[in-house]
Amino acid sequence: MFVALRDLQHARGRFVLMSVVIVLITFLVTFLASLTAGLARESTSAVTDLPADHIAFSMPAEDDAPEFTASRVEADQWDAWADVEGVESADPLGVATTRAETDGTTASVTALGVDEGTNLVPGSDGEGDDGEAGDVEPGTVVLTPEAAGALDAQTGDIVTLGGTALTVAATVEADQSFSHTPVVWTSLDDWQDIGARGSATAGGGADPVATVVALTTTDDADLAAADDALGTTTVTTSDARSAVSSFAGENTSLTTMQAFLLVISALVVGAFFTVWTISRSGDIAVLKALGGSTGYLLRDALGQAAVLLVGGVAVGTGLSVAAATLLPDAVPVVVTTATTLVPAAGLILLGLVGAGVSVARITRIDPHAALAAR
Amino acid sequence: MDLHLEHITLVYPDGDSTLTAVDDVDLTVPAGTTTALLGPSGAGKSSLLAVAAGLTQPSRGTVTIGADVVFTPDTSVADSTRVRLERIGMVFQSPQLLGSLTALEQLELHAHLRGKRPASVRERGMELLDAVGVADHAHKRPAQLSGGQRQRVAIARALVGRPEVLLVDEPTSALDHERGTQVVELITGLAREMAAATLLVSHDASTLATVDATVRMLDARLEESAPLAAVRPA
Repeated sequence: MFVALRDLQHARGRFVLMSVVIVLITFLVTFLASLTAGLARESTSAVTDLPADHIAFSMPAEDDAPEFTASRVEADQWDAWADVEGVESADPLGVATTRAETDGTTASVTALGVDEGTNLVPGSDGEGDDGEAGDVEPGTVVLTPEAAGALDAQTGDIVTLGGTALTVAATVEADQSFSHTPVVWTSLDDWQDIGARGSATAGGGADPVATVVALTTTDDADLAAADDALGTTTVTTSDARSAVSSFAGENTSLTTMQAFLLVISALVVGAFFTVWTISRSGDIAVLKALGGSTGYLLRDALGQAAVLLVGGVAVGTGLSVAAATLLPDAVPVVVTTATTLVPAAGLILLGLVGAGVSVARITRIDPHAALAAR
Repeated sequence: MDLHLEHITLVYPDGDSTLTAVDDVDLTVPAGTTTALLGPSGAGKSSLLAVAAGLTQPSRGTVTIGADVVFTPDTSVADSTRVRLERIGMVFQSPQLLGSLTALEQLELHAHLRGKRPASVRERGMELLDAVGVADHAHKRPAQLSGGQRQRVAIARALVGRPEVLLVDEPTSALDHERGTQVVELITGLAREMAAATLLVSHDASTLATVDATVRMLDARLEESAPLAAVRPA
């Protein structure tokens, strides 16, 4: 990179301008990735944080895609799932977004109804948060911190969920939410009054229902066969995120924007190096005439692009992380390797592809032009 | 080592027909001497130089350095490039210095192209810049040098790799008579000192007092029809 590094220094203005463009694109991409992850977490953390590896849905029509708002499972289904070979646990889980009230405070929450003795509530595995959560008894509710904050409630207070008054038994530390509403945990019995749908609504003496069955399985479990037998549709916990209606739309939109930004960055870098290479055609012809091989010149040009990209992307990623740190908690950003280093690597890779296509014209520059140039 | 051009013919496609730019030219330039190639525009001087440099493949004929045939109609681009890097120095009509490199770095570049550390030729580079009279400007970029100084740096660049052959294309075209004469004198002196066979294309015979031989081209052929041009002893 003998010439490339000196060009970077000599044509400082042009390269600084291009670096600023790369920094800004990187900032946009990584910040958007962090925001996408943050919004996804606000939509689905109640699902993804479950200590289960699969979720079984029972949809009104067999061909319907799994969806939390439409799924409805009955007791015989989760009992049957519990008996399937390779299934270590099958816990019914009711999911219903409802209104919660305390004295003078109202908030939208998602009530998750669970059977007594389940391990689905944070803290129920002994690694709990305040030691008292982990189970939910009828007549009580366990709050997540955001729900407690929104309702200004603490242990011992009364919270009314969809008309049902429940006593706050505990507040867990795990901050979970579903479809952008904070989560509260109730017993499945109480959940029948709060969120059950259809004829099984409590009060009629019917069998309890839930929304889905949370499954913990081993490799031996034949989930497809069980689905056929029980009329359910089972997906992994990760795939179950798509069954949260707010997640699918948001995630698709934001991911599309990121993809466009990645493509735009490659095009911008490619356009810059196209112009740069054309403006250097005379120098390249001279270098070839002096004995510079095409391979040497390509390496030199790509090295220059790599320096520019790595520098710009590093600064842009740093700015994005700093912004995420400084922003108030209300902005849902999640800074992880997946939201910073992965898109940063993508930007560098695609930028190099764009630069590679542009500098490939080096191969077509005729050294004979060095004789004609003045 | 001597430079031999034997039966060099260069034919370009020209619409539906062809154009013969160089027609069966034989020329030998002995090591340590400078031969000036004169002739009017369009005579084929630069085309012959391009063939001698391996920048253009001849349609027929061979270019030999010493006993090695280096360019033929079948020589690959990669081989031509390697020969230029290792055995040929070139001075262009305009200095063609790279704008981002200082005068000394223009010379160090040659080492880098050969895969060596640029610093390995720093001492020789300074000696050459001193020999061409621009050592005081070693750390200046081309934009900070005059036209004559740039041309001197270009001459030093051509010689830094100790080439066996030096090919020079109209080095005085942008210089006045006095400076043009000085540049030719510099080239012939250095070529003699470094034992380089030097072929110098020029349109201005008045600056060529110090060259060892002159040959004229007209209509793609050397005026002398002998296979080897007569060369005045050094």
